[in-house]
Amino acid sequence: MLHTVNKSPFQKNTFESCIKHAAKGSAVLLIEDGVYAALKDSAVSAKVQQAMGDITFYALEPDVNARGLKGKVMDGINLVDYAGFVDLTVKFDRVQSWL
Amino acid sequence: MSDEEMMEGGVQKKFCYVNRTAPYGTVYALESLEVVLIGAAFEQDVSVIFMDDGVFQLTKGQDTAGIGMKNFSPTYRALEMYDVEKLYVSKESLEARGLSEDDLLVDVEVKTAAEIRDLMEEQDVILTF
Repeated sequence: MLHTVNKSPFQKNTFESCIKHAAKGSAVLLIEDGVYAALKDSAVSAKVQQAMGDITFYALEPDVNARGLKGKVMDGINLVDYAGFVDLTVKFDRVQSWL
Repeated sequence: MSDEEMMEGGVQKKFCYVNRTAPYGTVYALESLEVVLIGAAFEQDVSVIFMDDGVFQLTKGQDTAGIGMKNFSPTYRALEMYDVEKLYVSKESLEARGLSEDDLLVDVEVKTAAEIRDLMEEQDVILTF
């Protein structure tokens, strides 16, 4: 399953809830304010790294760039553009949007 | 007081704007900026605090070309021209987000939560976004 998260992990527990319920082999795509979870050396980065074994992480690059986070994204997070977003929705049988 | 007294500029209050929201995901950051400029236009004594996700409003290198929204971050650099010079940023909020003062696009004063608390106590009006 593909999960999308659009809330800041510093403001809401949406991201945490998502990774707690994401099955092994699933993907999490960070969009809008969700991309703040991709920041390196933050208070949540350890949680992201921990989940990386079972989950593949993506972040929407236009949202990363809009927020000035270019060059601040942690290793292991794959940046995708809008076409890549579409590809992910095709690749996975279902999408769960965590709001 | 009458409108006339206001027009003569006799009343100046300490206005504090508290920004706790990231830009673009919601409209709060942009709305706050508009209200800060209004306060400055009325020659009030303005302080602006950036804390929690509000510190993200000030990150350098914002490029919104890909999301079809206006990049309003350059406006923070223009605040000085409106005599809005008291910009404060939460130390704890920066640290939790892996950010430092060097990552910010304007000169700010970094304050601890205790210092921000004291600053809030000095104000006549506090508006939080």
